[in-house]
Amino acid sequence: MPEITDILNAIVLFSNFVLVPAASYGAQLALGALGITLVYSILRFSNFAHGDMMAFGTMVVIIVTWGFQSMGISFGPLPTALLALPFGIVGAVVLHLAFDKTVYKFYRAKKSAPVIFVIVSTGVMFMTNAIVRFIIGPGDQRFMDGTKFIFRPREFKEFTGLSEGLALKSTQVLTLTVAVICVAALFYFLQKTRTGKAMRAFSDNEDLALLSGINPDRVVLITWIIVAALATTAGTLYGLDKSFKPFTYFMLLLPMFAAAIVGGIGSPVGAVVGGFVIAFSEVIVTYAYKKFFIYLMPESLEPSGLMQFLSTDYKFAVSFIILVVVLLIRPTGIFKGQSI
Amino acid sequence: MSYLVADNLRGGYGGADILNGCTLSVNKGEIAVIVGPNGAGKSTAMKALLGMLNLREGSVTLGGKDITHMSPQDRVGEGIAFVPQTHNVFGGMTVEENLEMGAFLRTDDFTETMEQIYELFPILKEKRRQNAGELSGGQRQQVAVGRAMMMQPSVLMLDEPTAGVSPIVMDELFDRILEVKQQGIAVLMVEQNAAQALNIADKGYVLVSGTNKHTGSGDELLADPVVRRTFLGG
Repeated sequence: MPEITDILNAIVLFSNFVLVPAASYGAQLALGALGITLVYSILRFSNFAHGDMMAFGTMVVIIVTWGFQSMGISFGPLPTALLALPFGIVGAVVLHLAFDKTVYKFYRAKKSAPVIFVIVSTGVMFMTNAIVRFIIGPGDQRFMDGTKFIFRPREFKEFTGLSEGLALKSTQVLTLTVAVICVAALFYFLQKTRTGKAMRAFSDNEDLALLSGINPDRVVLITWIIVAALATTAGTLYGLDKSFKPFTYFMLLLPMFAAAIVGGIGSPVGAVVGGFVIAFSEVIVTYAYKKFFIYLMPESLEPSGLMQFLSTDYKFAVSFIILVVVLLIRPTGIFKGQSI
Repeated sequence: MSYLVADNLRGGYGGADILNGCTLSVNKGEIAVIVGPNGAGKSTAMKALLGMLNLREGSVTLGGKDITHMSPQDRVGEGIAFVPQTHNVFGGMTVEENLEMGAFLRTDDFTETMEQIYELFPILKEKRRQNAGELSGGQRQQVAVGRAMMMQPSVLMLDEPTAGVSPIVMDELFDRILEVKQQGIAVLMVEQNAAQALNIADKGYVLVSGTNKHTGSGDELLADPVVRRTFLGG
Protein backbone atom coordinates (compact mmCIF):
# COMPACT_ATOMS: atom_id res chain seq x y z
CA MET A 1 0.00 0.00 0.00
CA PRO A 2 1.28 3.47 -0.82
CA GLU A 3 1.70 5.77 2.13
CA ILE A 4 -0.69 8.62 2.72
CA THR A 5 1.87 11.23 1.70
CA ASP A 6 2.40 9.37 -1.57
CA ILE A 7 -1.30 9.50 -2.29
CA LEU A 8 -1.39 13.20 -1.45
CA ASN A 9 1.62 13.79 -3.66
CA ALA A 10 -0.07 11.97 -6.51
CA ILE A 11 -3.22 14.05 -6.08
CA VAL A 12 -1.24 17.30 -5.99
CA LEU A 13 0.73 16.25 -9.05
CA PHE A 14 -2.48 15.40 -10.90
CA SER A 15 -4.11 18.69 -9.88
CA ASN A 16 -1.09 20.71 -10.89
CA PHE A 17 -0.74 19.26 -14.36
CA VAL A 18 -4.27 18.13 -15.20
CA LEU A 19 -7.13 19.49 -13.10
CA VAL A 20 -6.17 23.14 -12.78
CA PRO A 21 -4.92 23.71 -16.35
CA ALA A 22 -7.82 21.75 -17.83
CA ALA A 23 -10.34 23.75 -15.80
CA SER A 24 -9.06 27.08 -17.07
CA TYR A 25 -8.68 25.77 -20.64
CA GLY A 26 -12.22 24.39 -20.37
CA ALA A 27 -13.55 27.78 -19.31
CA GLN A 28 -11.86 29.41 -22.31
CA LEU A 29 -13.31 26.80 -24.68
CA ALA A 30 -16.73 27.18 -23.05
CA LEU A 31 -16.80 30.92 -23.74
CA GLY A 32 -15.71 30.30 -27.33
CA ALA A 33 -18.25 27.52 -27.83
CA LEU A 34 -21.02 29.75 -26.45
CA GLY A 35 -20.37 32.20 -29.28
CA ILE A 36 -20.48 29.41 -31.85
CA THR A 37 -23.67 27.99 -30.41
CA LEU A 38 -25.39 31.40 -30.35
CA VAL A 39 -24.58 32.07 -34.00
CA TYR A 40 -25.73 28.57 -34.88
CA SER A 41 -29.05 28.78 -33.08
CA ILE A 42 -30.00 32.36 -33.90
CA LEU A 43 -28.32 33.14 -37.21
CA ARG A 44 -28.52 29.47 -38.24
CA PHE A 45 -25.05 28.77 -39.57
CA SER A 46 -21.72 27.37 -38.39
CA ASN A 47 -19.44 30.35 -38.05
CA PHE A 48 -15.98 29.26 -39.15
CA ALA A 49 -14.70 32.79 -38.66
CA HIS A 50 -15.16 32.54 -34.91
CA GLY A 51 -11.56 31.62 -34.09
CA ASP A 52 -10.15 34.46 -36.13
CA MET A 53 -12.72 36.87 -34.74
CA MET A 54 -11.35 35.88 -31.34
CA ALA A 55 -7.88 36.66 -32.62
CA PHE A 56 -9.01 40.06 -33.90
CA GLY A 57 -10.63 41.07 -30.61
CA THR A 58 -7.59 39.88 -28.67
CA MET A 59 -5.29 41.78 -31.02
CA VAL A 60 -7.13 45.01 -30.26
CA VAL A 61 -6.85 44.21 -26.55
CA ILE A 62 -3.08 43.65 -26.91
CA ILE A 63 -2.51 46.88 -28.81
CA VAL A 64 -4.53 48.89 -26.28
CA THR A 65 -2.68 47.10 -23.46
CA TRP A 66 0.65 48.16 -24.96
CA GLY A 67 -0.68 51.70 -25.19
CA PHE A 68 -1.70 51.65 -21.52
CA GLN A 69 1.66 50.17 -20.52
CA SER A 70 3.57 52.85 -22.38
CA MET A 71 1.44 55.48 -20.65
CA GLY A 72 2.26 53.86 -17.34
CA ILE A 73 -1.32 52.80 -16.64
CA SER A 74 -1.63 49.48 -14.84
CA PHE A 75 -4.36 47.57 -13.06
CA GLY A 76 -2.42 46.78 -9.89
CA PRO A 77 -2.04 43.04 -9.38
CA LEU A 78 -4.47 42.30 -12.23
CA PRO A 79 -3.35 42.23 -15.86
CA THR A 80 -3.66 45.54 -17.73
CA ALA A 81 -5.37 43.59 -20.49
CA LEU A 82 -8.53 43.55 -18.37
CA LEU A 83 -8.67 47.34 -18.64
CA ALA A 84 -8.17 47.04 -22.39
CA LEU A 85 -10.85 44.35 -22.75
CA PRO A 86 -13.76 46.77 -23.31
CA PHE A 87 -11.83 48.37 -26.17
CA GLY A 88 -11.21 44.97 -27.70
CA ILE A 89 -14.89 44.13 -27.41
CA VAL A 90 -15.84 47.36 -29.14
CA GLY A 91 -13.32 46.63 -31.90
CA ALA A 92 -14.67 43.12 -32.39
CA VAL A 93 -18.27 44.36 -32.40
CA VAL A 94 -17.41 46.92 -35.08
CA LEU A 95 -15.75 44.27 -37.25
CA HIS A 96 -18.60 41.79 -36.77
CA LEU A 97 -21.20 44.41 -37.69
CA ALA A 98 -19.15 45.54 -40.67
CA PHE A 99 -18.99 41.97 -41.98
CA ASP A 100 -22.68 41.55 -41.26
CA LYS A 101 -23.66 44.66 -43.20
CA THR A 102 -21.35 43.99 -46.14
CA VAL A 103 -21.46 40.20 -46.37
CA TYR A 104 -23.92 38.22 -44.27
CA LYS A 105 -26.86 40.57 -44.78
CA PHE A 106 -26.75 40.01 -48.53
CA TYR A 107 -27.09 36.26 -48.11
CA ARG A 108 -29.72 36.62 -45.39
CA ALA A 109 -31.86 38.71 -47.73
CA LYS A 110 -31.47 36.01 -50.37
CA LYS A 111 -32.42 33.37 -47.78
CA SER A 112 -29.34 31.35 -48.73
CA ALA A 113 -28.94 27.79 -47.49
CA PRO A 114 -26.86 27.30 -44.33
CA VAL A 115 -24.08 25.63 -46.32
CA ILE A 116 -23.64 28.84 -48.32
CA PHE A 117 -23.28 30.72 -45.04
CA VAL A 118 -20.60 28.29 -43.91
CA ILE A 119 -18.59 28.95 -47.06
CA VAL A 120 -19.17 32.69 -46.67
CA SER A 121 -17.97 32.55 -43.07
CA THR A 122 -14.86 30.73 -44.28
CA GLY A 123 -14.18 33.70 -46.56
CA VAL A 124 -14.69 36.04 -43.63
CA MET A 125 -12.29 33.84 -41.66
CA PHE A 126 -9.54 34.27 -44.25
CA MET A 127 -10.09 38.01 -44.41
CA THR A 128 -10.03 38.44 -40.65
CA ASN A 129 -6.98 36.21 -40.46
CA ALA A 130 -5.21 38.40 -42.99
CA ILE A 131 -6.20 41.61 -41.19
CA VAL A 132 -4.83 40.28 -37.91
CA ARG A 133 -1.53 39.10 -39.40
CA PHE A 134 -1.21 42.34 -41.31
CA ILE A 135 -1.59 44.45 -38.19
CA ILE A 136 0.16 42.48 -35.47
CA GLY A 137 2.12 39.89 -37.44
CA PRO A 138 2.01 36.10 -37.28
CA GLY A 139 4.39 35.79 -34.33
CA ASP A 140 3.89 35.05 -30.67
CA GLN A 141 2.86 37.93 -28.41
CA ARG A 142 2.89 37.96 -24.63
CA PHE A 143 0.94 40.66 -22.91
CA MET A 144 0.50 39.29 -19.43
CA ASP A 145 1.55 41.58 -16.60
CA GLY A 146 0.56 42.01 -12.96
CA THR A 147 0.95 39.20 -10.44
CA LYS A 148 1.78 35.91 -12.16
CA PHE A 149 1.05 33.47 -9.37
CA ILE A 150 -1.44 33.24 -6.54
CA PHE A 151 0.96 30.72 -5.06
CA ARG A 152 4.06 29.11 -6.51
CA PRO A 153 4.97 25.41 -6.35
CA ARG A 154 7.80 26.17 -3.89
CA GLU A 155 5.50 28.07 -1.55
CA PHE A 156 2.99 25.24 -1.73
CA LYS A 157 5.72 22.70 -0.90
CA GLU A 158 6.95 24.71 2.06
CA PHE A 159 3.42 25.22 3.30
CA THR A 160 2.31 21.59 3.06
CA GLY A 161 5.65 19.79 3.42
CA LEU A 162 4.84 17.60 0.40
CA SER A 163 7.47 16.91 -2.20
CA GLU A 164 5.14 17.85 -5.07
CA GLY A 165 4.28 21.49 -5.66
CA LEU A 166 1.02 22.97 -6.86
CA ALA A 167 1.05 26.21 -8.80
CA LEU A 168 -1.99 28.39 -9.11
CA LYS A 169 -1.53 31.04 -11.75
CA SER A 170 -3.52 34.22 -11.36
CA THR A 171 -4.68 33.85 -14.98
CA GLN A 172 -6.26 30.52 -14.13
CA VAL A 173 -8.28 31.98 -11.29
CA LEU A 174 -9.06 35.01 -13.43
CA THR A 175 -10.23 32.83 -16.33
CA LEU A 176 -12.59 30.84 -14.16
CA THR A 177 -13.94 33.93 -12.41
CA VAL A 178 -14.54 35.87 -15.60
CA ALA A 179 -16.05 32.81 -17.29
CA VAL A 180 -18.47 32.25 -14.42
CA ILE A 181 -19.51 35.92 -14.51
CA CYS A 182 -19.97 35.90 -18.29
CA VAL A 183 -21.95 32.66 -18.33
CA ALA A 184 -24.16 33.79 -15.44
CA ALA A 185 -24.80 37.14 -17.12
CA LEU A 186 -25.57 35.48 -20.44
CA PHE A 187 -27.98 32.98 -18.90
CA TYR A 188 -29.71 35.72 -16.94
CA PHE A 189 -30.03 37.75 -20.12
CA LEU A 190 -31.44 34.84 -22.16
CA GLN A 191 -33.82 33.58 -19.48
CA LYS A 192 -35.09 36.71 -17.80
CA THR A 193 -34.93 39.76 -20.03
CA ARG A 194 -37.42 40.66 -22.73
CA THR A 195 -34.73 40.95 -25.40
CA GLY A 196 -33.13 37.67 -24.36
CA LYS A 197 -36.46 35.88 -24.54
CA ALA A 198 -37.09 37.41 -27.95
CA MET A 199 -33.74 35.98 -29.08
CA ARG A 200 -34.70 32.54 -27.82
CA ALA A 201 -38.09 32.85 -29.51
CA PHE A 202 -36.38 33.82 -32.77
CA SER A 203 -34.06 30.84 -32.44
CA ASP A 204 -36.96 28.52 -31.59
CA ASN A 205 -39.38 29.47 -34.37
CA GLU A 206 -38.41 32.30 -36.67
CA ASP A 207 -41.77 32.62 -38.48
CA LEU A 208 -43.77 32.74 -35.29
CA ALA A 209 -41.33 35.29 -33.83
CA LEU A 210 -41.98 37.51 -36.85
CA LEU A 211 -45.73 37.01 -36.37
CA SER A 212 -45.30 38.16 -32.78
CA GLY A 213 -43.73 41.38 -33.97
CA ILE A 214 -40.12 40.58 -32.98
CA ASN A 215 -37.76 42.67 -35.11
CA PRO A 216 -35.29 40.30 -36.82
CA ASP A 217 -32.68 43.00 -37.51
CA ARG A 218 -32.48 43.83 -33.83
CA VAL A 219 -32.10 40.17 -32.89
CA VAL A 220 -29.23 39.79 -35.38
CA LEU A 221 -27.56 42.97 -34.11
CA ILE A 222 -27.69 41.92 -30.46
CA THR A 223 -26.50 38.42 -31.31
CA TRP A 224 -23.38 39.78 -33.02
CA ILE A 225 -22.67 42.11 -30.11
CA ILE A 226 -22.87 39.27 -27.59
CA VAL A 227 -20.86 36.92 -29.81
CA ALA A 228 -18.14 39.55 -30.30
CA ALA A 229 -17.97 40.20 -26.56
CA LEU A 230 -17.74 36.50 -25.73
CA ALA A 231 -15.13 35.84 -28.43
CA THR A 232 -12.92 38.72 -27.31
CA THR A 233 -13.19 37.73 -23.67
CA ALA A 234 -12.38 34.11 -24.43
CA GLY A 235 -9.46 35.11 -26.67
CA THR A 236 -8.01 37.52 -24.12
CA LEU A 237 -8.22 34.98 -21.32
CA TYR A 238 -6.57 32.34 -23.50
CA GLY A 239 -3.85 34.79 -24.52
CA LEU A 240 -3.17 35.78 -20.92
CA ASP A 241 -3.03 32.17 -19.81
CA LYS A 242 -0.80 31.00 -22.65
CA SER A 243 0.21 33.44 -25.37
CA PHE A 244 -1.31 35.10 -28.40
CA LYS A 245 -0.55 33.76 -31.86
CA PRO A 246 -2.98 34.14 -34.79
CA PHE A 247 -2.44 30.55 -35.95
CA THR A 248 -3.17 29.11 -32.50
CA TYR A 249 -6.48 30.97 -32.43
CA PHE A 250 -7.41 29.62 -35.83
CA MET A 251 -6.61 26.13 -34.54
CA LEU A 252 -8.89 26.69 -31.53
CA LEU A 253 -11.81 26.50 -33.94
CA LEU A 254 -11.78 22.70 -33.85
CA PRO A 255 -11.95 22.18 -30.07
CA MET A 256 -14.50 24.98 -29.80
CA PHE A 257 -16.75 23.42 -32.44
CA ALA A 258 -16.24 20.02 -30.85
CA ALA A 259 -17.29 21.53 -27.51
CA ALA A 260 -20.42 23.10 -28.98
CA ILE A 261 -21.41 19.89 -30.76
CA VAL A 262 -20.62 17.53 -27.88
CA GLY A 263 -22.74 19.65 -25.57
CA GLY A 264 -25.51 19.91 -28.15
CA ILE A 265 -25.20 22.71 -30.65
CA GLY A 266 -27.70 25.46 -30.06
CA SER A 267 -27.80 24.79 -26.33
CA PRO A 268 -25.87 27.30 -24.20
CA VAL A 269 -25.65 24.89 -21.24
CA GLY A 270 -24.30 22.30 -23.64
CA ALA A 271 -21.60 24.65 -24.87
CA VAL A 272 -20.33 25.21 -21.34
CA VAL A 273 -20.37 21.51 -20.44
CA GLY A 274 -18.88 20.61 -23.82
CA GLY A 275 -16.02 23.05 -23.27
CA PHE A 276 -15.01 21.29 -20.09
CA VAL A 277 -15.52 17.81 -21.56
CA ILE A 278 -13.17 18.60 -24.45
CA ALA A 279 -10.60 20.37 -22.29
CA PHE A 280 -10.43 17.60 -19.71
CA SER A 281 -10.23 14.84 -22.30
CA GLU A 282 -7.48 16.66 -24.15
CA VAL A 283 -5.37 17.20 -21.06
CA ILE A 284 -6.07 13.81 -19.45
CA VAL A 285 -5.21 11.88 -22.60
CA THR A 286 -2.00 13.78 -23.33
CA TYR A 287 -0.59 13.87 -19.79
CA ALA A 288 2.38 11.62 -18.98
CA TYR A 289 1.37 9.63 -15.90
CA LYS A 290 4.77 8.11 -15.10
CA LYS A 291 5.41 10.09 -11.92
CA PHE A 292 1.79 9.74 -10.87
CA PHE A 293 2.05 5.96 -10.93
CA ILE A 294 5.45 5.98 -9.26
CA TYR A 295 3.74 7.51 -6.24
CA LEU A 296 0.89 5.04 -6.23
CA MET A 297 2.46 1.73 -7.32
CA PRO A 298 4.81 -0.51 -5.36
CA GLU A 299 8.39 -0.21 -6.55
CA SER A 300 8.28 -3.49 -8.45
CA LEU A 301 5.42 -2.28 -10.63
CA GLU A 302 6.85 1.14 -11.41
CA PRO A 303 6.32 2.06 -15.04
CA SER A 304 9.38 2.45 -17.18
CA GLY A 305 7.70 4.36 -20.01
CA LEU A 306 6.13 7.82 -19.89
CA MET A 307 2.64 6.38 -19.42
CA GLN A 308 1.26 8.84 -21.92
CA PHE A 309 -1.68 7.80 -24.10
CA LEU A 310 -1.02 10.34 -26.78
CA SER A 311 1.73 12.83 -27.47
CA THR A 312 0.70 16.45 -26.89
CA ASP A 313 1.29 17.06 -30.59
CA TYR A 314 -1.89 15.06 -31.18
CA LYS A 315 -4.09 16.97 -28.76
CA PHE A 316 -6.30 18.21 -31.58
CA ALA A 317 -6.90 14.61 -32.60
CA VAL A 318 -8.66 14.17 -29.26
CA SER A 319 -11.33 16.75 -30.01
CA PHE A 320 -11.62 15.38 -33.50
CA ILE A 321 -12.20 11.83 -32.29
CA ILE A 322 -14.73 12.98 -29.70
CA LEU A 323 -16.48 14.97 -32.39
CA VAL A 324 -16.74 12.00 -34.73
CA VAL A 325 -17.89 9.63 -31.99
CA VAL A 326 -20.57 12.06 -30.79
CA LEU A 327 -21.84 12.65 -34.31
CA LEU A 328 -22.06 8.88 -34.86
CA ILE A 329 -23.65 7.93 -31.56
CA ARG A 330 -25.59 10.95 -30.38
CA PRO A 331 -25.74 13.63 -33.06
CA THR A 332 -27.82 15.93 -30.85
CA GLY A 333 -25.09 16.10 -28.22
CA ILE A 334 -25.39 15.73 -24.46
CA PHE A 335 -28.06 18.40 -23.98
CA LYS A 336 -30.18 17.63 -27.06
CA GLY A 337 -29.26 20.52 -29.27
CA GLN A 338 -30.40 20.63 -32.85
CA SER A 339 -29.44 17.58 -34.85
CA ILE A 340 -26.93 18.33 -37.55
CA MET B 1 -69.29 47.41 -44.34
CA SER B 2 -67.57 44.78 -42.26
CA TYR B 3 -64.51 45.36 -40.09
CA LEU B 4 -62.10 43.25 -42.12
CA VAL B 5 -62.88 43.06 -45.82
CA ALA B 6 -60.97 41.27 -48.54
CA ASP B 7 -62.43 42.22 -51.89
CA ASN B 8 -61.99 40.35 -55.14
CA LEU B 9 -58.51 38.95 -54.35
CA ARG B 10 -56.49 37.60 -57.24
CA GLY B 11 -52.93 36.36 -57.00
CA GLY B 12 -50.64 33.48 -56.10
CA TYR B 13 -47.10 32.58 -55.18
CA GLY B 14 -45.62 33.67 -58.50
CA GLY B 15 -46.95 31.07 -60.92
CA ALA B 16 -50.59 30.64 -61.80
CA ASP B 17 -53.16 32.49 -59.70
CA ILE B 18 -54.46 30.54 -56.75
CA LEU B 19 -57.03 33.11 -55.75
CA ASN B 20 -59.43 34.03 -58.55
CA GLY B 21 -61.60 36.79 -57.23
CA CYS B 22 -62.17 35.61 -53.71
CA THR B 23 -64.13 37.91 -51.40
CA LEU B 24 -64.27 37.55 -47.64
CA SER B 25 -65.40 39.74 -44.79
CA VAL B 26 -65.79 39.44 -41.05
CA ASN B 27 -67.11 41.80 -38.42
CA LYS B 28 -66.12 42.24 -34.80
CA GLY B 29 -67.88 39.72 -32.60
CA GLU B 30 -68.40 37.38 -35.53
CA ILE B 31 -66.95 34.07 -36.57
CA ALA B 32 -66.37 33.53 -40.26
CA VAL B 33 -65.35 30.10 -41.46
CA ILE B 34 -63.73 29.24 -44.76
CA VAL B 35 -64.35 25.68 -45.91
CA GLY B 36 -63.80 23.92 -49.17
CA PRO B 37 -62.01 21.01 -50.82
CA ASN B 38 -58.26 20.51 -50.73
CA GLY B 39 -56.38 22.96 -52.89
CA ALA B 40 -59.26 25.44 -53.00
CA GLY B 41 -57.02 28.21 -51.73
CA LYS B 42 -58.37 28.42 -48.17
CA SER B 43 -55.03 28.87 -46.46
CA THR B 44 -53.80 31.00 -49.34
CA ALA B 45 -56.71 33.38 -48.84
CA MET B 46 -55.71 33.71 -45.21
CA LYS B 47 -52.12 34.37 -46.16
CA ALA B 48 -53.31 37.07 -48.52
CA LEU B 49 -55.07 38.75 -45.62
CA LEU B 50 -51.81 38.62 -43.69
CA GLY B 51 -49.81 40.12 -46.54
CA MET B 52 -47.77 37.01 -47.23
CA LEU B 53 -48.90 36.74 -50.85
CA ASN B 54 -48.37 38.86 -53.94
CA LEU B 55 -51.80 40.14 -54.88
CA ARG B 56 -52.37 41.17 -58.47
CA GLU B 57 -55.79 42.56 -57.86
CA GLY B 58 -58.13 43.22 -55.03
CA SER B 59 -57.91 45.08 -51.78
CA VAL B 60 -57.86 44.38 -48.05
CA THR B 61 -59.29 46.90 -45.63
CA LEU B 62 -59.25 46.85 -41.85
CA GLY B 63 -61.76 49.12 -40.18
CA GLY B 64 -62.01 51.15 -43.37
CA LYS B 65 -58.23 51.55 -43.66
CA ASP B 66 -56.59 50.14 -46.76
CA ILE B 67 -53.87 47.69 -45.69
CA THR B 68 -53.40 45.95 -49.05
CA HIS B 69 -49.75 46.95 -49.33
CA MET B 70 -48.77 46.66 -45.68
CA SER B 71 -46.04 44.20 -44.59
CA PRO B 72 -47.09 41.24 -42.41
CA GLN B 73 -45.29 42.69 -39.37
CA ASP B 74 -47.10 46.00 -39.69
CA ARG B 75 -50.41 44.20 -39.95
CA VAL B 76 -49.61 42.46 -36.66
CA GLY B 77 -49.15 45.92 -35.19
CA GLU B 78 -52.54 46.92 -36.58
CA GLY B 79 -54.19 44.17 -34.55
CA ILE B 80 -54.34 41.15 -36.83
CA ALA B 81 -53.21 38.05 -34.99
CA PHE B 82 -52.57 34.80 -36.78
CA VAL B 83 -52.30 31.24 -35.52
CA PRO B 84 -50.56 29.07 -38.11
CA GLN B 85 -51.64 25.48 -38.58
CA THR B 86 -48.29 23.94 -37.59
CA HIS B 87 -45.23 25.19 -35.70
CA ASN B 88 -47.47 27.61 -33.89
CA VAL B 89 -45.78 27.61 -30.48
CA PHE B 90 -42.24 28.22 -29.24
CA GLY B 91 -41.58 24.59 -28.28
CA GLY B 92 -38.45 25.26 -26.25
CA MET B 93 -40.01 27.98 -24.15
CA THR B 94 -42.45 27.73 -21.27
CA VAL B 95 -46.15 28.37 -21.70
CA GLU B 96 -45.80 31.65 -19.85
CA GLU B 97 -42.90 32.75 -22.04
CA ASN B 98 -44.97 31.89 -25.11
CA LEU B 99 -47.68 34.23 -23.88
CA GLU B 100 -45.11 36.93 -23.09
CA MET B 101 -43.78 36.71 -26.63
CA GLY B 102 -47.34 37.15 -27.90
CA ALA B 103 -47.37 40.48 -26.07
CA PHE B 104 -43.95 41.48 -27.41
CA LEU B 105 -45.22 44.58 -29.16
CA ARG B 106 -47.12 45.80 -26.12
CA THR B 107 -45.42 48.32 -23.92
CA ASP B 108 -48.11 48.46 -21.26
CA ASP B 109 -48.65 46.02 -18.40
CA PHE B 110 -50.09 42.82 -19.83
CA THR B 111 -50.51 40.76 -16.66
CA GLU B 112 -54.26 41.29 -16.77
CA THR B 113 -54.51 39.94 -20.31
CA MET B 114 -52.47 36.96 -19.21
CA GLU B 115 -54.90 36.34 -16.34
CA GLN B 116 -57.79 36.50 -18.82
CA ILE B 117 -56.10 33.93 -21.01
CA TYR B 118 -55.45 31.67 -18.02
CA GLU B 119 -59.17 32.02 -17.22
CA LEU B 120 -60.06 31.09 -20.78
CA PHE B 121 -57.63 28.16 -20.82
CA PRO B 122 -57.28 26.99 -17.19
CA ILE B 123 -54.99 24.12 -18.19
CA LEU B 124 -52.38 26.63 -19.34
CA LYS B 125 -52.18 28.18 -15.89
CA GLU B 126 -51.48 24.76 -14.46
CA LYS B 127 -48.73 24.12 -17.01
CA ARG B 128 -47.32 27.61 -17.26
CA ARG B 129 -43.82 26.58 -16.18
CA GLN B 130 -43.71 23.68 -18.62
CA ASN B 131 -42.21 23.89 -22.10
CA ALA B 132 -44.88 24.26 -24.75
CA GLY B 133 -43.22 21.51 -26.79
CA GLU B 134 -43.98 18.98 -24.06
CA LEU B 135 -47.75 19.56 -24.12
CA SER B 136 -50.38 17.51 -25.92
CA GLY B 137 -51.69 18.60 -29.31
CA GLY B 138 -54.86 20.16 -27.93
CA GLN B 139 -52.98 22.02 -25.18
CA ARG B 140 -50.47 23.29 -27.72
CA GLN B 141 -53.31 24.71 -29.79
CA GLN B 142 -54.54 26.50 -26.68
CA VAL B 143 -51.06 27.97 -26.17
CA ALA B 144 -51.05 29.05 -29.81
CA VAL B 145 -54.43 30.77 -29.53
CA GLY B 146 -53.41 32.26 -26.18
CA ARG B 147 -50.20 33.66 -27.66
CA ALA B 148 -52.18 35.34 -30.44
CA MET B 149 -54.70 36.73 -27.94
CA MET B 150 -51.99 38.40 -25.82
CA MET B 151 -51.77 41.19 -28.36
CA GLN B 152 -55.43 42.02 -27.69
CA PRO B 153 -56.05 41.76 -31.42
CA SER B 154 -59.13 43.00 -33.20
CA VAL B 155 -58.93 40.15 -35.69
CA LEU B 156 -57.94 36.59 -34.86
CA MET B 157 -57.15 34.32 -37.79
CA LEU B 158 -56.85 30.58 -37.23
CA ASP B 159 -55.55 28.14 -39.80
CA GLU B 160 -57.17 24.77 -39.05
CA PRO B 161 -57.04 25.04 -35.27
CA THR B 162 -58.48 21.54 -34.82
CA ALA B 163 -56.16 19.69 -37.20
CA GLY B 164 -54.91 16.54 -35.52
CA VAL B 165 -56.80 16.82 -32.23
CA SER B 166 -59.43 14.41 -30.91
CA PRO B 167 -63.17 15.19 -31.34
CA ILE B 168 -63.58 15.99 -27.64
CA VAL B 169 -60.69 18.46 -27.74
CA MET B 170 -62.10 19.89 -30.95
CA ASP B 171 -65.45 20.63 -29.26
CA GLU B 172 -63.63 22.27 -26.38
CA LEU B 173 -61.53 24.41 -28.71
CA PHE B 174 -64.64 25.53 -30.57
CA ASP B 175 -66.23 26.47 -27.23
CA ARG B 176 -63.19 28.60 -26.43
CA ILE B 177 -63.31 30.23 -29.84
CA LEU B 178 -66.95 31.14 -29.18
CA GLU B 179 -65.81 32.79 -25.94
CA VAL B 180 -63.15 34.71 -27.87
CA LYS B 181 -65.86 35.96 -30.18
CA GLN B 182 -67.91 37.20 -27.19
CA GLN B 183 -65.00 39.51 -26.38
CA GLY B 184 -65.78 41.42 -29.55
CA ILE B 185 -62.99 39.99 -31.65
CA ALA B 186 -63.43 39.21 -35.32
CA VAL B 187 -62.58 35.54 -35.80
CA LEU B 188 -61.72 34.13 -39.19
CA MET B 189 -60.79 30.49 -39.52
CA VAL B 190 -60.08 27.86 -42.08
CA GLU B 191 -61.46 24.46 -41.09
CA GLN B 192 -61.35 20.90 -42.31
CA ASN B 193 -64.08 19.82 -39.90
CA ALA B 194 -66.55 21.80 -41.96
CA ALA B 195 -69.87 20.75 -40.40
CA GLN B 196 -68.77 21.39 -36.81
CA ALA B 197 -67.15 24.66 -37.75
CA LEU B 198 -70.18 25.94 -39.63
CA ASN B 199 -72.24 25.11 -36.52
CA ILE B 200 -70.52 27.86 -34.56
CA ALA B 201 -70.05 30.20 -37.52
CA ASP B 202 -71.96 33.39 -38.11
CA LYS B 203 -70.76 33.37 -41.67
CA GLY B 204 -69.46 30.68 -43.94
CA TYR B 205 -67.58 30.75 -47.19
CA VAL B 206 -67.27 27.73 -49.42
CA LEU B 207 -64.21 28.25 -51.58
CA VAL B 208 -63.62 26.29 -54.77
CA SER B 209 -60.65 26.98 -57.06
CA GLY B 210 -59.99 30.29 -55.40
CA THR B 211 -63.48 31.74 -55.84
CA ASN B 212 -66.51 31.96 -53.60
CA LYS B 213 -68.83 29.10 -54.50
CA HIS B 214 -71.36 29.51 -51.72
CA THR B 215 -71.70 32.21 -49.12
CA GLY B 216 -74.17 32.47 -46.29
CA SER B 217 -74.68 32.19 -42.58
CA GLY B 218 -73.44 28.98 -41.00
CA ASP B 219 -76.95 27.61 -40.64
CA GLU B 220 -77.88 28.48 -44.21
CA LEU B 221 -74.90 26.61 -45.57
CA LEU B 222 -75.61 23.65 -43.32
CA ALA B 223 -79.18 23.59 -44.62
CA ASP B 224 -78.23 24.01 -48.27
CA PRO B 225 -78.65 20.59 -49.94
CA VAL B 226 -75.96 21.28 -52.57
CA VAL B 227 -73.41 22.26 -49.96
CA ARG B 228 -74.37 19.28 -47.81
CA ARG B 229 -74.01 16.85 -50.65
CA THR B 230 -70.77 18.17 -52.13
CA PHE B 231 -68.81 19.41 -49.13
CA LEU B 232 -70.27 18.05 -45.93
CA GLY B 233 -70.68 14.45 -46.97
CA GLY B 234 -74.51 14.12 -47.03
